[in-house]
Amino acid sequence: MVSDSDIKKTVQELKSKYGSSKDALLPILQGVQVKFRYIPKYAVSCIAKEISVYEAEIYGVITFYAQFRLDPVGDNIIKVCKGTACHVGGAETVAEIVCDTLDVKVNETTKDNKFTVEYVACLGCCSLAPVMMINEEVYGYLTKEKIKEVLKSYA
Amino acid sequence: MPDKKQIVVLMGTCGKSAGSDKVYSAMENEIKKRGWTHVELKQTGCTGLCFSEVNVKTFHGDEEVIYQKMTPADVVPFMEAEVVKGVVYAEKLLRKGKKGTDVAFPKQKRIVLRDCGKVSPDSIQDYLAVGGYDAIKKAIKTMTPEQVVDEVKKSGIRGRGGAGFPTGLKWELTRKNPAPNGRYFICNADEGDPGAFMDRSVLEGNPHSVIEGMMIGAYAIGADHGYIYVRAEYPLAVKHSHKAIKEAKEMGLLGKNILGSDFSFEIKVKEGAGAFVCGEETALIASIEGKRGMPRLRPPFPAEKGLFGVSTVINNVETLANLPWIISNGGERFGQIGYEKSRGTKIFALAGKIKNGGLVEVPMGITLREVIYDIGGGMIDPKYKFKAVQLGGPSGGCIPETLLDTPVDYEKLNATGAIMGSGGMVVMDERSCMVDIARYFLNFTQNESCGKCTFCRVGTKRMLEILEKICGGSATMNDLSILKDLADKCKTASLCGLGQTAPNPILTTLKYFENEYIDHIQHKKCTAKYCKALLSYSIDAQKCIGCTACAKMCPVKAISGEKGTPHTLDQKKCVKCGVCITACKRYQAVQIQ
Repeated sequence: MVSDSDIKKTVQELKSKYGSSKDALLPILQGVQVKFRYIPKYAVSCIAKEISVYEAEIYGVITFYAQFRLDPVGDNIIKVCKGTACHVGGAETVAEIVCDTLDVKVNETTKDNKFTVEYVACLGCCSLAPVMMINEEVYGYLTKEKIKEVLKSYA
Repeated sequence: MPDKKQIVVLMGTCGKSAGSDKVYSAMENEIKKRGWTHVELKQTGCTGLCFSEVNVKTFHGDEEVIYQKMTPADVVPFMEAEVVKGVVYAEKLLRKGKKGTDVAFPKQKRIVLRDCGKVSPDSIQDYLAVGGYDAIKKAIKTMTPEQVVDEVKKSGIRGRGGAGFPTGLKWELTRKNPAPNGRYFICNADEGDPGAFMDRSVLEGNPHSVIEGMMIGAYAIGADHGYIYVRAEYPLAVKHSHKAIKEAKEMGLLGKNILGSDFSFEIKVKEGAGAFVCGEETALIASIEGKRGMPRLRPPFPAEKGLFGVSTVINNVETLANLPWIISNGGERFGQIGYEKSRGTKIFALAGKIKNGGLVEVPMGITLREVIYDIGGGMIDPKYKFKAVQLGGPSGGCIPETLLDTPVDYEKLNATGAIMGSGGMVVMDERSCMVDIARYFLNFTQNESCGKCTFCRVGTKRMLEILEKICGGSATMNDLSILKDLADKCKTASLCGLGQTAPNPILTTLKYFENEYIDHIQHKKCTAKYCKALLSYSIDAQKCIGCTACAKMCPVKAISGEKGTPHTLDQKKCVKCGVCITACKRYQAVQIQ
């Protein structure tokens, strides 16, 4: 579990790095998410206090951008690309295979907390379609066998 | 350096995911193991040959040699050939040609990508060695800001982000606005169009060219602060931008009184947070200000009231990377390349069912056919015919075979109903269903709509529902007329480009492929055999030998039959998963209708 004091300390560190004007909100939220891999509820009230923005406004920003999450995630985040080239190359099947193999649905986390599966708009590796990204690693030319192999390497 | 044997590994995001890291470290180990000091191993950005990653480049006299599909297992024999014997490693040779020409793809004209794949993106020294930052030096030392604006106007360059607004004019208009509190210069690297990756490649492969372009622009409009707004989905581009800014600062190229002049300029990197609409100027500004990235009514234009209420210019990555070349070589020379009102070059990201997918930079005026067939090598599987090319992402459209001789030109492409856009080019063959493609893009725009304008928020949702109905086989002809009506209204009743262009994928597919819509609706048939709801699987009794392979694989036990006798498929049980087709590859007895 993430402790409140940890969250407070992180927010304060980020504030000293990015300042306390309103435009620091996105970098601070991004920093919180890098650290905890999601945005804990308590972080929102800390940020509100530190940079004098209403909590409601912060929630507005969090829910607007696809990047931010309000729920904890698994150890590894799988982002299945659904860009145009990937769609033409069978992205839906990739998501199906990933989900079947891990017994999970898109936007959910596996029971053992190892993987969270998400969609991403486009990873810009269109020539390697279909692709997926696990954490910061991109895997291309996916086939059923390759997906299983890649997933195994993270197990 | 020239007497050293140079081996270059091309390492963009595509290269890395294809395993260039492993090839690089295997080479590093090999060189260390053999104690070679006369071999220089280098890593650069991508050269655009994405279809043949991992690429490695070497030089033989004045010949440049490009290798393809390298693996760690190739490293030892490669080194034996290249370093020990000094010959070409024929096994993985892709092509070779004279140094300085476009060995990678013929018919290219590389201005923006001139040094991608040549310079190491994390070394400012490399960029300086190819004449980097000479253009900004020339501008500061020999030109007034007005002269810089004039030079850019003379070049005729237009915004490469999609809309094609003349860059020089944008700057001139900005300069007319008073700027008591300074100005901002923003680089738009929020490349959100699915299917486009040129901005990623430029920032990854040659970030200094973008920084230099920003400096030229900032000098011209009198900005002292700049931002690079880059997608967080591009971690390598973010990393290289940070590194490049740091290096430029250390060299005194960014900061106060640059090169001893009055010109001061600082750049910060802002990471986007995954919202397509933030590619729109006013939404991007809202996002940097820490707000929800929603567009606002213009005027006032950013030139007048932009970031933090201050006069601001926003230019796209590709536009900016052109600027150093324009200043160094003169606007006139740039203007000599091109077609009618589209001057210079354009980068296209070739993807989809094309043989040589990758990143190519071509002179404006070249036809789509030349790009797809002469450069891209045509279809990936000649068994399936070309059907359409999708241009301009979710704001663009699908262009059919009959219009492939359209030249790459803002106006000519607009006339087809598609747009130049940021340059994503996704080639589709007979296996792609045009209704499904329209559905795909509407799903995207509906997700990405910020929700401000009614027709974009609700209209896209309703249009998507109709398209889903069509793909599902339950639509009527009345639905089609509602779809057309909604598409027209969404175009006129939306504030920003997202809503105004969201119907384009529908309108172009309706214009060129209306028969597919009608087939779906009236004949319940998907000619591309893509829309599952309209397909039915059956087993050809003539071809089936009764091997039971399909029956064993079928997850719902829809196939039955004795061993050695033709099998039958129960339509009611079938879930159309396609497993039986794979199982029966050899006899091809399973058919789809």
